[in-house]
Formats: sequence, structure tokens, C-alpha cells
Amino acid sequence: MDFKAWEGFQSASWTETINVRSFIRHNYTPYTDDASFLCGPTERTKILNSKFQELLKEERARGGVLDIDTETVSSICGYKPGYLDKENEIIVGLQTDAPLKRGVNPFGGIRMARSACKAYGYELSQKIEDHFKYKTTHNDGVFSIYTDEMKAVRHCALLTGLPDAYGRGRIIGDYRRVALYGVDVLIKQKIADKKALADSVMDEKTIHALQDLSKQIIALERLKEMAASYGYDISKPATNAREAFQWLYFGYLAANKEQNGAAMSLGRTSTFLDIYIERDIKRGILDEEGAQELFDQLVLKLRMARHLRTPEYNDLFGGDPMWITESIGGTGLDNRTLVTKSSYRVLNTLRTLGPAPEPNLTVLWSQRLPDNFKKFCAEISIETDAIQYENDHVMRVDYGDDYAIACCVSAMKVGKQMQFFGARTNLAKLLLLTLNGGVDNMFGTKVGPQMPVMDDYILDYKKVMDRFDVYLKWLCKLYVNTMNCIHYMHDKYAYEKIQMALHDTEVERLMAFGVAGFSVIVDSLSAIKYAKVKPILNNEGLIVDFETEGDFPKFGNDDNRVDNIATDLLHKVSEELKKTPTYRNAKHTLSVLTITSNVVYGKKTGSTPDGRKAGEPFAPGANPMHNRETNGALASLNSVSKLNYSDARDGISNTFSIVPDALGKTKEERIDNLASILNGYFLNGAHHLNVNVMNRELLMKAYENPEEYPNLTIRVSGYAVHFCKLSKEQQREVISRTFHEAV
Amino acid sequence: MSKIGKISSFQSLGTVDGPGIRSVVFMQGCPLRCICCHNPETLGFDGGEAISVNELFKKIIRFKVYYGKTGGVTFSGGEPLMQPDFLIEICKKLKAAGIHIALDTSGCILNDKIKKLLSLIDLVLLDVKYYDNESYKKNAGMSLDKAIEFLSYLNEQNIDTYIRRVIIPGFTDNEMSIEHINSLKEKYPCIKKVELLPFHNLCIEKYENMGLEFKLKDTPTPTSEKMEYLNSLLK
Repeated sequence: MDFKAWEGFQSASWTETINVRSFIRHNYTPYTDDASFLCGPTERTKILNSKFQELLKEERARGGVLDIDTETVSSICGYKPGYLDKENEIIVGLQTDAPLKRGVNPFGGIRMARSACKAYGYELSQKIEDHFKYKTTHNDGVFSIYTDEMKAVRHCALLTGLPDAYGRGRIIGDYRRVALYGVDVLIKQKIADKKALADSVMDEKTIHALQDLSKQIIALERLKEMAASYGYDISKPATNAREAFQWLYFGYLAANKEQNGAAMSLGRTSTFLDIYIERDIKRGILDEEGAQELFDQLVLKLRMARHLRTPEYNDLFGGDPMWITESIGGTGLDNRTLVTKSSYRVLNTLRTLGPAPEPNLTVLWSQRLPDNFKKFCAEISIETDAIQYENDHVMRVDYGDDYAIACCVSAMKVGKQMQFFGARTNLAKLLLLTLNGGVDNMFGTKVGPQMPVMDDYILDYKKVMDRFDVYLKWLCKLYVNTMNCIHYMHDKYAYEKIQMALHDTEVERLMAFGVAGFSVIVDSLSAIKYAKVKPILNNEGLIVDFETEGDFPKFGNDDNRVDNIATDLLHKVSEELKKTPTYRNAKHTLSVLTITSNVVYGKKTGSTPDGRKAGEPFAPGANPMHNRETNGALASLNSVSKLNYSDARDGISNTFSIVPDALGKTKEERIDNLASILNGYFLNGAHHLNVNVMNRELLMKAYENPEEYPNLTIRVSGYAVHFCKLSKEQQREVISRTFHEAV
Repeated sequence: MSKIGKISSFQSLGTVDGPGIRSVVFMQGCPLRCICCHNPETLGFDGGEAISVNELFKKIIRFKVYYGKTGGVTFSGGEPLMQPDFLIEICKKLKAAGIHIALDTSGCILNDKIKKLLSLIDLVLLDVKYYDNESYKKNAGMSLDKAIEFLSYLNEQNIDTYIRRVIIPGFTDNEMSIEHINSLKEKYPCIKKVELLPFHNLCIEKYENMGLEFKLKDTPTPTSEKMEYLNSLLK
């Protein structure tokens, strides 16, 4: 292939086949200096941002949703072009025909769409209702095959948040391909891939692949059409930086128009885009101000992305998140840093536009990152609480150097791997189910092997563990089977056409399972092992509470007695899941991540032997339980870092909150110290850290007077939110967490 | 058999007691009774948790990865000088492991054992509480002379020292207080840094829980303007 648009780029295998990684490797300019080159926002950006802020205000005033188009089914070409302020926008494209107006996407399930409209005072149009009378949705498909047992574990919240009524998300299209190759090359490749299958045996696998390809080709045609409606021909490669940003964004926008996936991540784009910026700067057609403007305007567009959700969905995933995760930095397999000036520019948007939760800026940290960049990240973290960090060193081993994070902590090779998202199972509840012999003590549901209640005067650790293994085995098989049902139907009825068109045809699939209530079950098992735990029964003979006598080691204190329980348990769950085969031969992965569902999960779970009372929240992700860490912050980090990434390749989330005073006395000290903490934590092999540097008092004030703190951003499990968008219950849980203080 | 010490608590992350990321070991027991003490739980010699040199070393070494080039361990208290044998043993091990060691002390004792301990210490955070013997005696139960004797030994041995003073309204929040520190700084070049720490009554709850009276419970925290002014007087 050869295009005039590629003039000035060094050619390599990327000019022969679609290979963005090769393009980056041969053309990017590593940057190891400091942030002093950065510019502020342009006038155009300022005007746009203030218009956007006004709209946000109105959105808040209207209860969180500005407007809904109830007449149109969201699709790539479903809406007329929309603008925020055409004159000042250098990157264009909105999800619907007006900013912050939400589209309706009933392919996941018509009921969900209907009730989401209702929740905000709208009614889904009769037109759409009629249309979907004759259409099977993903939700219809799943429920037509769910077994009674699957419905039961779903009902009693042993498996929760399953993507059986909404888009599964966590698929990252390689949006960079649109800019580098133009859409026609991509279509040509897909046609060739389809032709190559012509002589195969037409078994189910081949037919499936053929149908996927035909859907992908149509979606790519639509993508061109949508861009054309904005006046752009994206059939050919982008010729300059502005076009590269625009082409890439059109790719992302098409995905967001077609899918309402829970997490719609962007990928790893800043270093790719930097190559175009460098070329334009060399050509004298762009300066630093212009480069920052491109990032600012792209980020503004990303901040305007919205999906329509139900209130129940918001309980699980609080704060209206989109998880437009952008992975930044990292190190190449040749050990050159992948940090470029644009890694700085994209983080700088937190200053030029002000802090905000989206895009979900994720720094791929390792010892090898340039010191200047580490300090810059730490500085922005302290200022904005909007960055998360993930360990490039451990992920590179499995995912190479062109992976990105989907959602919070899910790594995948961009354009080469996709994920079947699987929400999570509540391990604390599973322990209670074990003790009660297959009866859920909150819902009364009978599930799993039926056995007598373990009503021993004092619980015996070995006996409990032996029985727990039986229940874990049962649950893991059921969990994999449930996921298989869901993803079969999602592929069938809500296939991600455009996102998968921006993948290789031969894609590797991951199936991502998850656990919640991790530190609760770990501390509970520690209590049973090291203290005396006496079950308390109700009139029906079910265990509903515990009396725990004596002290026991708690997760989060760098104490191997309990930390080993944690690592063993995670390993066991991971291995047990692998015993049941997956749909489309996906690779089993596992995460310790809750999003904000730790509050709802806690609500639906009875008292636990660790002393947590019925209904009380769990800690988020892999966090130790609140205020049980008595050896300080680093001990807590050490405990979490012991969990093996090899057991949880879909990520181990940890949220770290520290008051500014505890990080040091001066700004410089705080920056250096935070960078040292991150270095140590990741050298220990830990996977992920959300960093919040703030005082609890600030959150209390925001809790009391939310209207005064509309933009207060904090990191929760794997993403950032506007604090005021969380439910009061979620806010209280965040406030009650451990804030590491000065000693 | 490794020596047994008594610690009040262990904090893996400290950033205000010496440079960089530091773990802080609060030793149990103190012979002084400072009216502004914010760690009353560390005072008695009966309390605390017994721990062997090996156990404590194993605990600390887990955090070495965070210390970087500047951080390390700080022994605070209580008064760490009250357990010299234990500290000498643990510091030898820490030193061998390449860990920077700071000692947070009042300087109330100086004998051969303490001198031996000081030979293992990289940085002393010396609390020079008041600028006259009388206040020292009344409010701490020690003399200024003792602290100065300690300081001059540190100077002799060329041991890096930070001077710390709690700024207590009505006691040490005046110009004389700062002049005193300035004169020390001039005389003892081992002083690398001076830290004025604003008094806080946040420990009031601890006192109440222990059934003790906190004499300064009504003393306010010095204003930030005041702190800024006093800091500006430092040479």
C-alpha cells in the first residue's frame, strides 16, 4: 500500500498489512523531558468549554438527563449531524443531533430502554415499541434459555450485574486504524478475509465468522456515510493531525452510536496521534497551542458522550460513567519509553478543561517511565484526583506493548483481543450460602447443593473450607455456563459490528469473570481460623449472624497469616473457573473489581464472620475493609500487592485515599513521595491503583452541599466520578473509607 | 536470641518525620511529661507490644521498596533513647540492609550506649522544646542544657540534625523562640533544617479515652499567618 497521506512516515510492515503497532514503533518520538513545553487552552476551546459547562448545569438541574430522543433507535447513521458550537469546533460529531441528548438503544432489551425513559419522565415512542414487538433483543434471547438455577442465583444476587439487558461493552475498536488507513483499506481487508473462508467446510464456526464479517463490512460503509454527513470523506487515510484526530474520533463515535456497552473505552491513542502532530510541527503547519487544542477538543467530545441508563443500573455503576479509558505511557518491548509529548498533552486536559471523570485517564506505570513523566503524573493526581495507574511491567508479559485498558482494569491487545464481560460473583455471599447449606439467608432462595446448616457451636476452619470448596465448584461451573448463554445471545442479537470491524478478523477472545466482597470473605475466613466464631441462628434454623470472640489478623496489614488466605482463595477461584469450557473458546480471566456495586452487594448480603453487619457495604475491588488497616498505608498496599496478577489477568483494583498532609509538607515533597509510593507498589508486582489526595472534610462538605461542588472528581473502583453524581449511600460509603492520615 | 523491644505502634507510611517515604516505629515509654505531648499512649513503660529485633526487621524490610533514594525508617516514641540496646541491634541490621535511619528524640540522655547508637544513625530529629531552662522544667520535666549537650555532641560527630519545635500559642510562638533557634543554627552546623510544627489539640480524644487530663485542651492552633511569620524569621 502507498498513500500520499503517508509522506514523511517511515515505512515498515504496517504498509503491507494492517498493523498500527508497527507504524507506532517506526515513527514515534519518545519524550523524556519535563512539562514546561505545555500550552493552555485556545480561545475557541474556552468558548466551547464554557458552553459545555452550561449544558452540564442544565443536565444536573433536570435530574441527570438533559434530553432523550425517544423517536429514533440509535445507530451509526440514525441522526442528523449535531454540534455544540459549529464555529468553534475543530473536531465534530455528536452521538445524536444535539449535545448531551441521549439516544435510545433497545437492542440489549426493550424493557430496559422503556424504563430508563420513564425514570426521567419520558416515554419511549410507539414507533419503537411497535418495531421491537417483532424483534428479538439480547435480553429476550438470554431469558429464553436461562435455566431455573441461573435465574435463582441472579435473583438472590450471587451473580449480579450480568450484561443480560444492556450492551456488554469492554470492547475496544482500534479506532487508530480509521486514521492510518482510511475506511476503504479496512473494507478491502474484510472482503478478502471473507473470501478466504469460501472454501472452508461450512460448519457453525465458519458460518458464524462469515456472518460477523458481512455485518462488519456494512458497519464500515455506514461509518463512511456518517462522516460524510459531517462533510468528511474518511475513505482515505488522514493527511494531517487534525484529520487524524477527526477520523479516529469518527470511529469511536460510530461505536457509541451503535452500542451502549457498559464500558466504551478509547484504547491507546495519544502516542499514535503524537506522530501526526510531530509531522505537522515539522512541516510548520501546527504549533504547540494547536496541538493542545486538538487534544482539548477531542477530550471535550469524549466528555459529552452519554448513554441512557436505568436507576438500578446506576446503583451498580454509580455516577453515569462511560469508561472512555485512554491508556497512557508504558514502555515498548524494545525498552524505549512510549511516553511522548502527547502523553503530557492528554493529561494536561485536566488543567486546560478542568478536572473531570472522563476520559478515564490511565497511566501505564513501570519503573522505566521517565522520572519527569512520573512526577508530572503525581502532580496532576494530587491536583485533580482523576488518574489511575496500572502496572505496565506485569501486563506487558501477557499483552505486549500495544495493549489498552478497557473499563477499569481489563487489559487487551488493541484490535487483536476482545472481551466477553462477565460482571461478578459475590464471594461473601457464597460463604454464607456454604454455612447455610444452600439457602440464601437474605432472599430465602434455595440454590446449590442442599446440606444441613453448619450449626456447630464454634465454626471449624477445615470443615468450613472443605464445604466451601464444594460450593465454589458448583458456582464456578454455573457462572461459566451463564456467561456462555449471555454472550451467545449478545453476539446473535446485539453484535458490536463497527467495533469488531476495527479488530483483526482472527480475534482472540477473553471471558472475564469477577469477584466481589473479596476482603470480607478473606477476613471472615481469618476470623474462623484465628478467632472463635459462633454462628447465631434464627427461628428457622438459618445462620443470620455471628459472635466473634478474640482477635484475628485482617487483610491490609501485610500479615501473611491472612494475606495467604487471600492469595490462595483467588488462585482457587481462578483455577475452578477454567474447568468449564467457554463460548467461542474464550480464555478465562478474572478480576477483583466492584465498580460501585460494593454498596449494593453489601446491602444484599447478611452479616459476615468478620464483624460486618447485614447490609453494610463491602470494600471496593480488592481493597481491605475500611479502617481495619492498623499499620498504615504501605502495609495496606503490600497486602493487596500480594494478590497474583497471574490469577486475575482481568485486573485487581485498589483505591487509595490519602490526605495531602500525609504525603508531605510541601508540594514538591508530596509529588516525590507519591511517585515513590507508586514505584514501590508496582515494584511489588501490584496491578492497579486509584489515587485520591484529599481531605475527608471536603467530601463531607460536598455531601452536605452538592450544588457547590459540581465538578469535584474522585476515583472510585477503577474509574473517576463526579462525587455529586453518586447516590447518597455511595457517597457515605466513600466518606467512611480509610483515609490514610499523617502520623 | 534476638533482643526484645517494646513498641507502641508501627506506621508503614510516614512523610513528616524525616525526608522521603518513611516507616515510623513508635517506641513505648518516655521519661518526660510534656504538656503538649500528642502521643500519650506511648508514655508508660508498662504498655506497648513486645517485639524482637528480627520480627521488627522483617516488618520494616517489606517497605524498603517504597523508600527510594531519600526515605527510610524513623524511630520515634515515646523516647527511643530509653531502649538503646534494642535500637543498637535493629539499627545494625537496618544499616547493613542499606536503609536510612532517623531518630526522633528529645535528647534527654547521653551516655556511652547512646553514643554507640548515634554512630548508627543517619539523621537526628531533635526536639528543642523551649528556649529556657525554666519552661523546659515546668512543661517537659527536663532541662534545656541537656538538649544542648546532646546537640553539641551531634555537632561534634557531624551527624545531620533537624531541629524541631512545636509552636504553642502562649509558650513558643514568639520572636525570642525563633531567635533562639537561629542562634543554635549559627553555632551548630550539623543543623541542616529547622521545622516549626504548629500545635494541634487533635489528641484530646486520646487523652479522654485514657482518662487523662490534657492541659492544653483550650489552646488554639496557631494561625497560618502566624506560622508564616515565624517561619519568615528563620535564618
